Formats: sequence, C-alpha cells, structure tokens
Amino acid sequence: MFLIKCPWCGERDQSEFHAHGEAHIVRPENPDQLSEEEWGDYVFFRKNPKGLHYERWVHSHGCRRWFNAARNTITDHIYATYKPGEPKPEIDVNDPIHGNPENQR
Amino acid sequence: MSQSNRLSQGGRVNRDKVINFRYDNKSLQGYEGDTLASALLANGITLVARSFKYHRPRGIYTAGSEEPNALVQLESGARTEPNRRATEVEIYEGLSASSQNCWPSVNFDLGAINAKVSRLLPAGFYYKTFMWPASLWTTYEKFIRKAAGLGKSPNELDPDSYDKLHVHCDVLVVGAGPAGLQAALSAGRSGARVMLIDEKPLAGGALLGSTDVIDGEPAAQWVQKVVDALTAMPNVTVLPRTTVTGYYDYNFLIANERVSEHKGKPNGEPKERLRKIRAKQVVLATGSIERPLVFADNDRPGVMLASAIRTYVNRFGVLPGRNIALMTNNDSAYLAAIDIKSAGANVTVIDIRQNPQGELVEQAKAQGIKVETNRTISTVNFGANKIKGISTMALSDDGRDVSGGASSLECDLIGVAGGWTPTVHLYSQAKGKLEYRDDLHCFVPKFRSQNNHGFEAGSCQATWDLAGCLSEGAEAGAAAAKASGFENASAAELPAVSEAAQSEMRPLWILPTDHPIGIGPKKHFHELHNDATVADIALAAREGFLSVEHLKRYTTTGMGTDQGKTSNVNALAVMAEIRQKTIPEVGTTTFRPPFTPLTFGSIVGHERRELFLQKRKTAMHPCHDAAGAVYEDVGDWKRPFYFPKAGENMHQAVQRECLAARKSVGILDASTLGKIDIQGPDAKKLLNMVYTNAWSQLQPGRCRYGLMLNENGMVFDDGVTTCLAENHYHMTTTSGGAARVMGWLEEWLQTEWPSWQVYCTSVTEQWAVATITGPNSRALLSELCDAPLDEESFPFMSMKAFEVAGIPARVFRISFTGDLAFEINVPARYGVALWKALMAAGEKHDICPYGTEAMHVLRAEKGFIIVGQDSDATVTPMDLGMDWIVSKKKGDFLGRRSFTRSDTSRTDRKQLVGLLTEDPNFVLQEGAHVVAELKDKPPMEMLGHVTSSYMSPNVGRSIAMAMIKDGFNRKGETLNVALMDGSSQKVKVTDPVFLTEASKEASS
Amino acid sequence: MKRYSIFSLLRNSVNYHQDWQANWRSPDPKKEYDVVIVGGGGHGLATAYYLAKECGITNVAVIEKGWIGGGNTGRNTTIVRSNYLCDESAGMYEHALKLWEGLSTELNYNVMFSPRGLLHLAHNVHDMQEIGRRGNAIHLNGIDSQFLTPEGVKKMVPFINLECRYPVLGALLQPRGGTARHDAVAWGYARAADAMGVDIIQNCEVTGFKIENNTVTGLKTSRGMIGAKKVGCVVAGHCSVMSEMAGFRLPIESVPLQAMVSEPIKPIIDCVVMSGSVHVYISQSDKGELVIGAGSDLYNSYSQRGSFDLVEENIGPVLELYPIFSRMKMLRQWGGIVDVTVDRSPVVSKTPVNNLFFNCGWGTGGFKATPGSGHVFAHSIARGEMHPIAEPFSMNRFNSGALVDEGAAAAVAH
Repeated sequence: MFLIKCPWCGERDQSEFHAHGEAHIVRPENPDQLSEEEWGDYVFFRKNPKGLHYERWVHSHGCRRWFNAARNTITDHIYATYKPGEPKPEIDVNDPIHGNPENQR
Repeated sequence: MSQSNRLSQGGRVNRDKVINFRYDNKSLQGYEGDTLASALLANGITLVARSFKYHRPRGIYTAGSEEPNALVQLESGARTEPNRRATEVEIYEGLSASSQNCWPSVNFDLGAINAKVSRLLPAGFYYKTFMWPASLWTTYEKFIRKAAGLGKSPNELDPDSYDKLHVHCDVLVVGAGPAGLQAALSAGRSGARVMLIDEKPLAGGALLGSTDVIDGEPAAQWVQKVVDALTAMPNVTVLPRTTVTGYYDYNFLIANERVSEHKGKPNGEPKERLRKIRAKQVVLATGSIERPLVFADNDRPGVMLASAIRTYVNRFGVLPGRNIALMTNNDSAYLAAIDIKSAGANVTVIDIRQNPQGELVEQAKAQGIKVETNRTISTVNFGANKIKGISTMALSDDGRDVSGGASSLECDLIGVAGGWTPTVHLYSQAKGKLEYRDDLHCFVPKFRSQNNHGFEAGSCQATWDLAGCLSEGAEAGAAAAKASGFENASAAELPAVSEAAQSEMRPLWILPTDHPIGIGPKKHFHELHNDATVADIALAAREGFLSVEHLKRYTTTGMGTDQGKTSNVNALAVMAEIRQKTIPEVGTTTFRPPFTPLTFGSIVGHERRELFLQKRKTAMHPCHDAAGAVYEDVGDWKRPFYFPKAGENMHQAVQRECLAARKSVGILDASTLGKIDIQGPDAKKLLNMVYTNAWSQLQPGRCRYGLMLNENGMVFDDGVTTCLAENHYHMTTTSGGAARVMGWLEEWLQTEWPSWQVYCTSVTEQWAVATITGPNSRALLSELCDAPLDEESFPFMSMKAFEVAGIPARVFRISFTGDLAFEINVPARYGVALWKALMAAGEKHDICPYGTEAMHVLRAEKGFIIVGQDSDATVTPMDLGMDWIVSKKKGDFLGRRSFTRSDTSRTDRKQLVGLLTEDPNFVLQEGAHVVAELKDKPPMEMLGHVTSSYMSPNVGRSIAMAMIKDGFNRKGETLNVALMDGSSQKVKVTDPVFLTEASKEASS
Repeated sequence: MKRYSIFSLLRNSVNYHQDWQANWRSPDPKKEYDVVIVGGGGHGLATAYYLAKECGITNVAVIEKGWIGGGNTGRNTTIVRSNYLCDESAGMYEHALKLWEGLSTELNYNVMFSPRGLLHLAHNVHDMQEIGRRGNAIHLNGIDSQFLTPEGVKKMVPFINLECRYPVLGALLQPRGGTARHDAVAWGYARAADAMGVDIIQNCEVTGFKIENNTVTGLKTSRGMIGAKKVGCVVAGHCSVMSEMAGFRLPIESVPLQAMVSEPIKPIIDCVVMSGSVHVYISQSDKGELVIGAGSDLYNSYSQRGSFDLVEENIGPVLELYPIFSRMKMLRQWGGIVDVTVDRSPVVSKTPVNNLFFNCGWGTGGFKATPGSGHVFAHSIARGEMHPIAEPFSMNRFNSGALVDEGAAAAVAH
C-alpha cells in the first residue's frame, strides 16, 4: 500500500486516493476538426509505460483535490507529486536509487 | 496417562499448573507453557498426521511455525479450525484436537492405500490419465477432491470476535531473538516509537531452546532483563504471540496477534487482533530455520529437526526419545547432542562429513557421545508406526554413493541437522533482492527495494554466532532510530558471551541409499508437506519442466500450508543437482504473503455483519418504518419499495399506490436524489459543457432537465438543474449517480478548466425531499403555505422558496409522474416534520405514500426514462429519441464529437421504443429479448431487450419499454419476444408513451 | 509424442518412470519462421497449436521471455464460462467453451476442465434486470442458462447467507461453466504443438521488431534476430510495451489484479459463485483450497504485487456471504498484470503494421477464452484476414465507436 504525498495535505495512505490514468492529456480545442482516429486517440488510447509514468490521482477521501504523480510502474516508487498545471518534473530513470530496479546498486 | 517423556526438571513450563486436554479422544495432561506438540511428545505420541498425497504416517517435525507435518483439527463445532500447527498451539484447559486427513484413524488410515500404489502416482500423474472416457472425468474428480484437502471447514457461525487497528511507529523490530532484543533496546533508548513483535509467547528466539550463557547468567535471565527494560519504556510496545504475516510496499506491514485462544476462554477479549502498521524503519531480525537432510525415508514419524529436539528438551523439559541418532552435515547438531545427552538419552551422531573437527565435536566426544563420520542413514527401520532403528553406510568421496556394508543401530528418534536457512520471507515479500552465498550455502538479503526502508540483523542474514547477532541487532536498532529522526541513537552495549567456533558444513543435498534414488522402494522427500520427492523433481526435469517455477508447480513443491519453510533451499539444491547447475542458476521462486496463514476473521476485523457496509437512510426513514414499508436497496440507500397494507402482496400494493397517486395525491420520499450546489461566475459555462442542451437563457427561479454524456457520447446521468440566482444553481442527479457526477464535475474543473470560477458542493444529505403528485397536490400544498400556487404564479419547471408547514422550503414544480407535482425540499432535520405535516393535511385527500416501484410504473406510463435501466453505457440521446435535448447551436459539449463517428451516427442503432403485448395481462420479464425471427429453439437473432416492464393500472394493461435495433423504423410492427421457457409473446412496437388522455378515459 | 493413458502410466511405473520423454524440446531458434508467436502463455501456445493442427503451418515458433505459462495463465482463478452479455462476446466465449469441453481428449493431456456450474448472484432490482438481460441473451445465443430463486441458490450452496447486506434475490446459473487446471492448459498445448514441430523457445526476450516498408519481417531477440513472415503478439501484461516497439499505441492500460487461496480443506463448495454487488468470486480447487478473487486496482502497474487492502476488500464479502469461513485462513495471495480496455472486451486485431497481429486486452477474463482465442487468432493469422468471431474485436472499434461493451451492463447509474 503506497504512501502518497498529496501536494496539499502531505503523506497519506493510498486508501485515501484514487488513480485516474495518464496525466497531461489536453482536451482538443476543436473536436469537430479532428478525424475519427484523432478523436478516438484522445478518448481511448493511453500511454501505458513500463517504467516512468505521469498519472493523475485524486485525494478522494481527503481534500478531494486532483494532482499528478510521476511513478515507476515497475517498482511503484513515486518520484514526485505535483499540482495540476505545474510542469512535468524531469525524472532520471537511470538514477541509481530511484530508477528501474535493474539499475539499482 | 502419565507424561512418560517429561524430564523431571527444567524447561519453561509451569509444573504447578497441570492442563488437561484431549487428542483423538484420549485424555492427556501437559503443563502450562506447553504447546500441543510438546505436550503430545511428553505423552509419547509421535504419530500425529497423515501426509497430503500418499497418506504416509507423519510425526511432529519442528518446534515452530515452520512445521510441515503436525497439522491438526483444533476443537469441534463452532470453534473448530482445520490445519492448525500443533507446534504453535498453546494448550489450555479443555483443549480438544484431532488428527485430520485420515480415516478411520491416524494409526490405521485406509487412505494409506495411496502409499502402496505410490508408484502409480508420480508427480503430475493426474495430467496423464482420467481422460478416458471423457464423460467420467467429473466422477474421477469427485474422488480426487475427497482425497485432497486436509482438515474440515467450520460449519457454524464463528462465536468469536476479531479486532483490527492501524498503528504507526518509528522503528518496527520483527523478531525478539538476541538480535531483535538488542535492536529494540537501542532504538527504544533513543526515544523513538518502537514496536517489538514476535510470533512466540516468549521472547528469546533461538535462545529459548539453547543453553547459552549471557553475562554469566542463563540466557533466559538476560532476555527477561531486556524485556523488562523495554516494557518500562513508554515509547516501546512489546507484542508476543504476534506474527508479522505481510510486508507490503512503503513499509506497510500486517501483524496478527493471537489474543485469547491460549487462555481457553475468550472472556470478552477478541480471538485475534490484526495491526496494520506503517513504520518509518523496519528491522528484520527474523532468525533462521534449520534445514532437513534429504535421505531415504526421511519422513518417518520420529524424524525431527535436531534443533527441535533440543528445544523440546530445553524449553519444554520433554525428551522425545531414549535412543537418539542425530544426522548432521555441520556442527550445530553437536549442541543438540550435548543437551540431549545431559537430559539422559543415548546419542549417536552420524556426521556425513569426512573428518569433522572442532571444539564442539571434541566436547561431544568427551561427554561419551558416539560419533560416526562420513556415513549416511541408508535405511530407516520402521514398523508398527514407530522407528526401530537405522542402517548407516559409508559415503563415497563425492558423497553421491554409498559403499561397504550397512551397520545398524537401534534408535527411536532421528534428529537431522542440515544447516540453517535465513528466514527471508518478509524481506523477499518486500521485494528485497536475495543473493545465494556459496560459502554460506544459503540465500541472504542483498539489497532492499527502494520503498521499504530498514535493516537486517542476526541469523536472517546468515550471522550464525550469538555475539554477531547481538552486535548486529544493536547496530541495526541504532541505525533505524537515526534514520527515523532520532539522531542521538546509539547501539546498546554488548553483553558478554562465550561460544564455540563452528567449522564448515558438507553440503550434500541428496544423500544416497542402497538403491538408485527414485528407483526402488525408498523415498527421498525434499518437501514433506506436499509429499514431493527427489524422484518427482527428476521426473519433472526429464519431462522438460526445467524452470524453477515449472518444477515447483509440477511437483507442488513449496505450495503447502507451510509454504516450504523447511524445504525451499533443499528443493532448489536438488533441482540444481539434477540439472547439474548451480543453485543461483536454478533461481528461486517468490515468497508470497502471508508468512503463516492468516485468519479470514482477523482480516475482516469489526467490518462484518452490520458494520460490513453502511445502510444509508433518509431523514424520513422513521416514518416509513412506522408505515410498514418494504425497502429496496438502491446503491447504499434503503428506499421504500412499496407500502403494503394488511394482507396485500407487492403487486396489489403497487397497483393501489399507482392508482391513488394519479387519482388524488401520492407522496414519495425523493431525498436520495443526488444534489449538488453549484456557484460561481462560470457556473453557466460548466452546465453548457456537461449537459447536451443550452443553459445560457435559464433565468433565476427556472428549472431545466439535462442529460449528461461521457466523451464517448453515451448518456451516463440525468437530472433537473435549477437556477437559484445569478451564478447559483441546484443540480440534481440520479440516486446512484450522485457521487459519480460530483467526481465528474470536479475532475473537469480541476484538471481541464482550473481557471474557471465554479465551486461545487454535494448537498444530497442536507435536504430532505417529499414529492407530492396528483390532481390534488396543489390543494394539499396550499393548505400548508401562503404562497400563490396557481399556474401563472408558479408555473411548471420553476422553483420558489417559501415556508411549508412553517418549515423553510425550496419547492420545485417539476414532475416525474407527468402529473401536477411539487418537490418540496427542506433542511434534512425537518424531514420527519414535513412528512408528518403532509400526511396529516393529506388525509382528507386520501394521500397515499408510494415507493420506488410505483414511481417506476408512473414514470413509465408517461415514457420517462431511467438512466441505467432504460439506457446503459452504449446509448446516445438520439437512441433514446431525445434529439430535442441536444443543442445544435451552442457549440461544443462533452461527448458531442462522438455522435458523428461512423458507428455512432448509424440510424439503425438500438433505439428506445414501447412494446405492447398481445395479451394485455402478460407482463414481460425485464431483460427478455425481441427476436428477428421466431424459431423452434435457440439460437435466434436478437433485436434488443425489454428494459422496463410493468402492469399499469392507469393504462389498464401491461406496458414495456425496450431498446431495439432500428426501433424507430419498426413502430407499428408486430414482433416476437422469445421467452426462457420456450414460449413467446407477440408485441406491438409503439412510442414509449402509454398514458395519453385517450388511454386514461379508456381505463376509467 | 507418446500418448498418455492409464496404461502408459502403469507401464512406466514398472521402471519407476525413467522413460517418460520431455513434453517439449528446447530448440535453438531457426533463422526464419512462417509465423512467430510472441508470448508463451495459454493463448500464444494455443495459437501455435491450431496453426499447426488446423492451418497446416508448422514452421512456427513461440517465443517466451521467461517460462511458458508464467504470466496470467499461471496466476488466474481458473474460471471458465461463456455467459457474456454482448452477442460478439458470447460468440467468442462460447466458441472457447465448446473447445474446452473436448480439450483433454484433443490434447491427450488432462486439463481438468470441470463443468461444476457457475452462479452469478443478484442482490438488488438492478442486478435482477442485469441477469435477466444476460440470461435471456445467452439463452437465445443457444447457450445454457437458468434463473435460480434464492432457495435454488441455497440448495447449491447450503451455507450461503442469503440475508446478507444486499440480500440475494436470485441468481443466473450456467451449468456448463466451471474451472480448469491453469498450468495444465499451457503445458498441454505446448506438448501437442511441439509434437507437430512448433519450436517453443523459452528465456528469449523480444527487444524489437524488424519492420520494412511498414511490414514486419522479423524480431530482434535476446537470442539474436529471428526472421518471421508473420508475427502474432499475445503478451498479456506487456502488450503496450510491444506495441510501443512496433510504433503504435493501444487502447489499453495494465493494472494489477489479485487473487488468493485459503488453506486446503475437504470439499465444501462444489460450484463457482460470483457476486458483483457483494463483490467476490469463490470456488474450491481440486486440491481443496478456496480460490478467491474480485476486482482489480485502478492504477497502472507492472509490479505483480499483492496489496493488503484488496485482501480486506475480498475477504469482507466472503464472510458476508459465507460467514462460516470466518476461522478459515488465507494461505497465499499474489498479483498479476491485466490489460484492460474501456469496453472490457479484448483486442484481437490487425495492426497498423502489415503482417503483425495483436491479441490482447482480455482484462480479468482471459483464461476462459484460451482455446477460442488461440483458435480464431490462428485462423486469422493464417488467412491474413480476421476470423468472423474475432472481427468485432478489431482495434478500429475505438475510432468508429462500435464498442463491444461488456462493462456497460454493470457500470451505469441507477
């Protein structure tokens, strides 16, 4: 069970949160001008990386606010959490401590 | 029966307190402090179980939680429990236990036929047979199922309770052996919040079974001093009888305490208490488990770990044999030999090493212990369920063969000492990486996973000497305290110990016998619990099961209730030997939680029965109780389903309620509807995006109905939203969809449109809502308020705030019945008052409370949909015939783009229609299907299904709604509904509106 | 392939089973194959088997990163059923169920398919409508199904607590549903495919595709380049990783799914019982363990780990429905990775790359489809055109909107 740092409330148990998939997807401004493929891509197709993933969480049983997290989907290590609108933090996946487990020590 | 194997003195049992217990219907005695295993051994009972597959007789093998054999059915009736390890159960007055997996008795078990035909039952035999004839497999399977399993499930309700709590600490120390005690002491003195947890009732770990001397005193006294010191620290919690069963990510651990079983009576205490622990640092001082040796017929009852015999002697004052042979590949058996000899038994050490030397060997010899070297047990003489003796033979230089003649030795007990395996289960569960050390012949922790902070200390990382364990523990405790913020922590002082240095072991993983292994009558078990043998592994390898996971699964090695605690390394080593690889090349399997089996009751704790899931009740609920309502579960809500009068069944009640509501006035508790208060200058913008219709022109005091879509263009909720004032709206949602809609709005506002100034607040629980409907609803309301209610002053789809029965209220003129109706919202605390006032004033109008079923019928009569019943997540507004609510002018809204996709824009999609059965009294099953062409039997092509279906008293016949392919174009057609019983019903496709003025007249 | 039977078992017991042959070879990869299947799970091995058996293509390799059957094939709760809502799904799963029914004989390997009956409980009016719709639909698809009253449920599971939170109002029974021995399915297909010449190459990791003119021509692997005229990817839990290598995205997210077993006990529950509202499903294995599972986590993860909160979420409903199990004990919990799509239906499809086919997205229900999935995928690869049963599961449906929505029935308002 993760320990997640809500950018507003601090570290809390995972059971207070819900994950909501890939972050930084922007709703197209003019959906009518998109092809079926482009619209389908926006609605259904998702990044599903093995390793670094930028994703959305909501502190549903806490402050009810949404935020983003950068997490390693292999180790479930959370590198950082940040508020919506803030830029993606740069993560070095080869970091010997926080990167992929294959790279550890 | 006397305790024939009890020594006259010694042990940590209370000889003043005799405990009476029963085992297999024999009355026996033990002492307070005994486990069931020690008490049985004290009474000379060796044979306690039958093995899983071959039903071979088995005895007590260990003295701890690693026990693979001695599983018993504890108690009977409501408190019965299968598969309890006799080595862990503490006896209490009146305890009763019985052997399991045997019939008629453990001494004479008919299932032992499996042992006789064991040649037919190699690993995986079931994959190769029982296939002919195919139809008989289920019959074969019945017998297989009966033979499998071990104990029996309880069959009554559990009379005991279980406790569960969350705990936080700075340093969690797992294991109260020498390393763990030192760690807790070091961390505790720093002021850190420390928990010290051990699965046994007493602290001390390996010291419990030893004769070590610490600081010039017996180790037990040193242990007691440390425990006393820890107990005196307010920041330290010491938990005996508690097993850390799981180590999950981010230092989250599960510990289960056995609170009251050992007391015999619960006395109001819970049976078990589960702690969910979040620790800043975790010190694993989990110790090690002695390894068996793999030799011929090494599973006989009376074969036991050497350290277990030593523990029974030293901790329990029980000497389980008189003539004891100890077979070993290392020095530790000599410690056991010396203690056993002093307890009065004859001891012979069979040392497989060629020339064992060292302090301990010499000490043993000096005490008259006979030592045979470079020999192995080639035969175990077993008869009448007892060991009678052994034969030993000389080992070849490479240890793979035996030579020379066999010499025999009488004995009644065999101790085995195959070296030690660090207990790394928790470390491995926490994704720590293990490394095989050739010099130590075991896996040791290499590095921790990044989310689980802490340290290891003692023999769980293959530190075998006591001094080393004590010092590593102290260092680890201090380091953990420092890492959790207690900078001044320092390692506790080291007590003085003296111990003999130990010499090298001889790692022979498979010990030969007088016939090739697997080819002959004797069996070499590397895993006792699931009856897995060296021959099984050889067979698996021969058949191509080379991966360690394949070998495990094919031979079921390590998959028993002991999870292979004693067998794991031997199994890997045997695989390596057979495949001629090294152990690291073979690899290892993953340890999975829990460390020892975890009681379901404990996992659930208090969250059972009435506390399993909440029941939501509306403010008016007491009124409904008083009226004898029958309830329906809608999400977590309890809603009145119908209000039966004496003698009425559901159908009669619903018909009466439907008629009454249309005839005069009906009253419904509508409090469960989701309600969201929306405020802010951009509120209108939000409504325009989340609803399909236009909201820009909605004036204060006016209401509008809306459909909500997901981006896939499909309807997922609906409701009426009212403009209360400029920039202030009151949104309603379906009862089940309230939380989802709230989340939906917040998601968009926070992640996509954070600059919009809109604030949403869930107010579902703040308002109690009574809906009054019917021709006399206006007359009723007018008696309780001063506000003008005429059509002009209070038109349809508007809202007014005024007092109703003296209660401040928001009254909405909206309708889900199609009749004149008022939805009266009052602060929730006035719910009962409002309901009572309406009922009292309504008496002269024959006011009739109605439930959800009548509500469904009334709305269906008018063709109103229920989202989630008449629609699912594949339905657009157009499919519902609701194009009128989709704005063509306002521009973009959520889901709009999806309408023009090639599949969504088809005009022959499933569409909502009405169905009228040929037989007006026939009510279709909801879910029944309309077929394209009626056939004698399935398969039949389906056009769609009935979504709503009722007997409508107001229409005077049955009515139904359905989602049907190309439904709009089929109106007027007659189709068939094929029913499950093989019959069918003709239906006419209509508009989904049934109660028109014409039909009203017809029915009256 | 030496045939298995009681007689061969008897014969081999004479010399202590020294003569059994390997179930499959451990060949080195050839330079080129007509078809390479990536992924040695049940679906992949079944695909190879049917390519060889029914499509006459025996120059086939199955490439597996680890050991065959090591992914979700070896981690699931072994439930087999075909009572799905949509016609398209019913077509696929019923096709699979029919193959299950003859599989042990077909493979000469006892996969222990056991039609012990499968119950879906209904706990509220909405559930009743849902099973009503599904029961009628599957009945009209020609698949057996029956509605049970609460009393009928009690007859099958005498110790069930009908008066639980959300009382049991009824149930849908599929008598032909049941369980099978998961490992045996992989092993049985592997043995039979190997016997027809299929190379099963374990410990061989695919690191990239060789794609020329938008056509796949081979695979870069940890054991060198392997040429392939056609490639089928059947890598549950890693399909997005593979698709990224091939240069396209999938409508899939990989999330953890957990299961657990109790200690083994003597037979107590004979059928499979599933409940959505008191969310848990349970059956008893031939070994005697209660096999328990429920929902998946909702975050992407490849960690294959179990967590404790899901254990609590599963066991809570177990004790609500079956309170007599309160003193039973959890023996083992584990996690797998499931690939879920938005409509909870699989992707069995051509891809933007020519001659590259994907079979993935089976979510939590892939095991039961194993024979059917392999069968239609083999025919699709062989023909270069999707088999009619597979056609609706094309990944294009996420653009056109023609979803096969199995989640729809459950995930709606009320």
